[in-house]
Amino acid sequence: MKLNTNAEITWCPGCGNFGILTAIKNAVSELVSEGIPRENIVIASGIGCHAKIVDYVNVNSFYSIHGRVPPTLTGMKLANKNLVTIGFAGDGDMYDEGISHLIHAAKRNTDITMVIHDNRVFALTTGQFTATSPRGFRGKSTPNGSVENPLNPLKLMLSAGATFVARGYAGNPNHLKELIKKAARHKGFSFVEVLQPCVVFNNTYQEYNRKVYDLSEDNHDTSSLDAAMKKADEWKEKIPIGIFYETQAQVFEDHF
Amino acid sequence: MNTVTIGGKAGEGVKAFGKLFSKIISQLGYYIFVLDDYPSLITGGHNFNKISFDKKPLYSHYVETDVLVAIDEKTIKQHKNELKKGGIIIYDSNSVKSKGIGVPSLDIVNEVGGTRIMRNVALLGALSFVLGIDFKYVEKVLKETYPKAVEKNVAIAKKGYEFAKKNSKKVMVLKKIGSPKDIMTGNTAIAYGAVNAGLNHYIAYPMTPATSILHYLAKNSSKFGVKVVQAENEISVINMALGSAYAGAKTMIGTSGGGFALMNEALSLAGMSETPLVIAEIQRPGPSTGVPTYTSQADLNFVLNAGHGEFPKIVVAPGTNEQAFYKSAEALYLAWKYQAPVIVLGDKHLGESIKTIEIKLSKAKKAKGKISKGGKNYKRYSITKDGVSPIAFPGTKDTIVKSSSYEHDEFGITTEDPVVVKKMQDKRLMKMKSIEKEIEKLEAVKVYGRGKNVVLTWGSSIGAVLEAAKQLKNVKIVQPIYMMPFPKKEVAKHLRGAGKIVCVEANAMGQLADLIKLHTGIEIDKRVLKYDSREFNPTELLKQLKRWLK
Repeated sequence: MKLNTNAEITWCPGCGNFGILTAIKNAVSELVSEGIPRENIVIASGIGCHAKIVDYVNVNSFYSIHGRVPPTLTGMKLANKNLVTIGFAGDGDMYDEGISHLIHAAKRNTDITMVIHDNRVFALTTGQFTATSPRGFRGKSTPNGSVENPLNPLKLMLSAGATFVARGYAGNPNHLKELIKKAARHKGFSFVEVLQPCVVFNNTYQEYNRKVYDLSEDNHDTSSLDAAMKKADEWKEKIPIGIFYETQAQVFEDHF
Repeated sequence: MNTVTIGGKAGEGVKAFGKLFSKIISQLGYYIFVLDDYPSLITGGHNFNKISFDKKPLYSHYVETDVLVAIDEKTIKQHKNELKKGGIIIYDSNSVKSKGIGVPSLDIVNEVGGTRIMRNVALLGALSFVLGIDFKYVEKVLKETYPKAVEKNVAIAKKGYEFAKKNSKKVMVLKKIGSPKDIMTGNTAIAYGAVNAGLNHYIAYPMTPATSILHYLAKNSSKFGVKVVQAENEISVINMALGSAYAGAKTMIGTSGGGFALMNEALSLAGMSETPLVIAEIQRPGPSTGVPTYTSQADLNFVLNAGHGEFPKIVVAPGTNEQAFYKSAEALYLAWKYQAPVIVLGDKHLGESIKTIEIKLSKAKKAKGKISKGGKNYKRYSITKDGVSPIAFPGTKDTIVKSSSYEHDEFGITTEDPVVVKKMQDKRLMKMKSIEKEIEKLEAVKVYGRGKNVVLTWGSSIGAVLEAAKQLKNVKIVQPIYMMPFPKKEVAKHLRGAGKIVCVEANAMGQLADLIKLHTGIEIDKRVLKYDSREFNPTELLKQLKRWLK
């Protein structure tokens, strides 16, 4: 399936976004061959490096503004429940600017998917700390190091009521593709946090390659909120990827 | 023309009294106007309603009172000076000492086994006798309003009525003079207009004085087939609305000045992405939190200049209930025809005053828009003569719909090429030319009466102006309804060669007068401005206008 557009890709060579682009294209391609009409797929993005992704995939899209993807997708589902809506946002976009929208979309259990390109830095504005940057992060706005502790997005989403919580790695596009497909098929709010190295401002390839392991090989019980919370705390020595938590609940749009 | 004033603490049923009495009077065929005055609190304080009624069309409440109904002491203190010569007071003798007709309304309520809040119904019964209203109308309205508690309410009203019959005299006899009149608040009329134009979704965050639109549509959601959502904040509201409209649903949102400020970033997104949207901005006095439950017309400049960058935008400011209905429908029609944001600029005085409304539903515009069937080569932003690109929605077979906040090419793909950037900006602004032409066909300026002198006004202030004008000669009233695009030719036509020109508006700077200067070059230095957070009082306004026009 031809999913390319005429847009010139302007990410830096080696950017983690390429892995995410490969994953979404393959996910869309497979979802369509499995019977979801292509015209029903809508992607949306906020603002930042991640956001260019909507220009690079030839499906319906809404290139929104910084932090506002969840309400934009919620509005679409309100108008047409048949749409399969996949939103992309960066960590600055979603955990700083638009965090209230993310929490409320999870709380409502709107049937949308949010894929967060978490490179733990504001990249397109040339390197400032975000809500997930490690404490002590040195950027142009924090020359002496950030004095704030990072958020744990997975724990935040688990406590907000997200019914599908997962983490992928841009360095493993095949695994990420499977996660995006499952998230898109999940009926309810699905959250996919993606570990995304930024080759210019926060190059984490080596760290992630060393630490990342697949949860599905670890007998993790995806129906247990407690187990998911514990796994979400794992970070120092090893970093789990895969589905942390999955459950069913009535979706927001079905109340209307 | 007569006026009843009812006052009491918040939570004592003042507003309910105003509503019930206006329904009764409307049953008789009278025109009514109800001012609902309340401070920003839930229990206590002092609330009052002024219910004016007349045989002829009525555009404002009056302050001067024929009958003052007091649920508490403060009402008498605050309003007794407003009594006309021969005016009377009806009060709850269980809690108030006064001259006039003391109705033991708490005793009456207790006899029937009602609750304290029902004292207002006992007083309503007494008032109905004093005004010579046949009790059957009181009974009918109570039955319609409180279907679950008919017996108690009717019994209480009847006892109040009988008490007055025994202990006082009628001051007038109000008989049925015509067919029942419909009544509505301006906010309801705005909502109802949009519904009649084909509204699918209403999204809002609560904010006084726009909240009653949310309440009305939520209550009637299934009847109207409109989905109603309360979102987490105004930023979410407008972005949700844009997603909803992108997917094909005709969507309106509502707020007041502070909430509209939060929406500005996405207002510009509506402009850039060419997504149809109607925003009801119901003004209250600012700056900042200001005086939340009172009225003002000080957001005109803000709304006209809202949103960063340059993009087509429409601002319409209805002043009467009828205009609120028709112009709100027109707003949805224009938003979809031109794929642009349309702001319906109201205010507390328009939005929350109950008034008689005379409308024909079939005359409301319907929102349609230039819809595309899509197809393999569909371009969301195709360049056309009038600037309007046929719109398709996601879910259309073989069609890809790409909308964007970035500058984009005809397909909707990001561009930074200066040639394309200019071309696309020209395309969007071309729509403004088309809108200007269309506005000329709609009622962009309403003119009342004939005369050498001109009184200019806008929005809800038209009500007091029209009432004052009943006592003025040689005066033409000019009310611009569209503020953007501004009907400058038509306004200038009425001002050139006029005698004296006065501009009446509820703000401190004279924003309409300045806008007219900007568009026509005509200087208006006679400005009657009110910015104490209260609406114009027609009697005082008449005195001011007489002074200016002398």
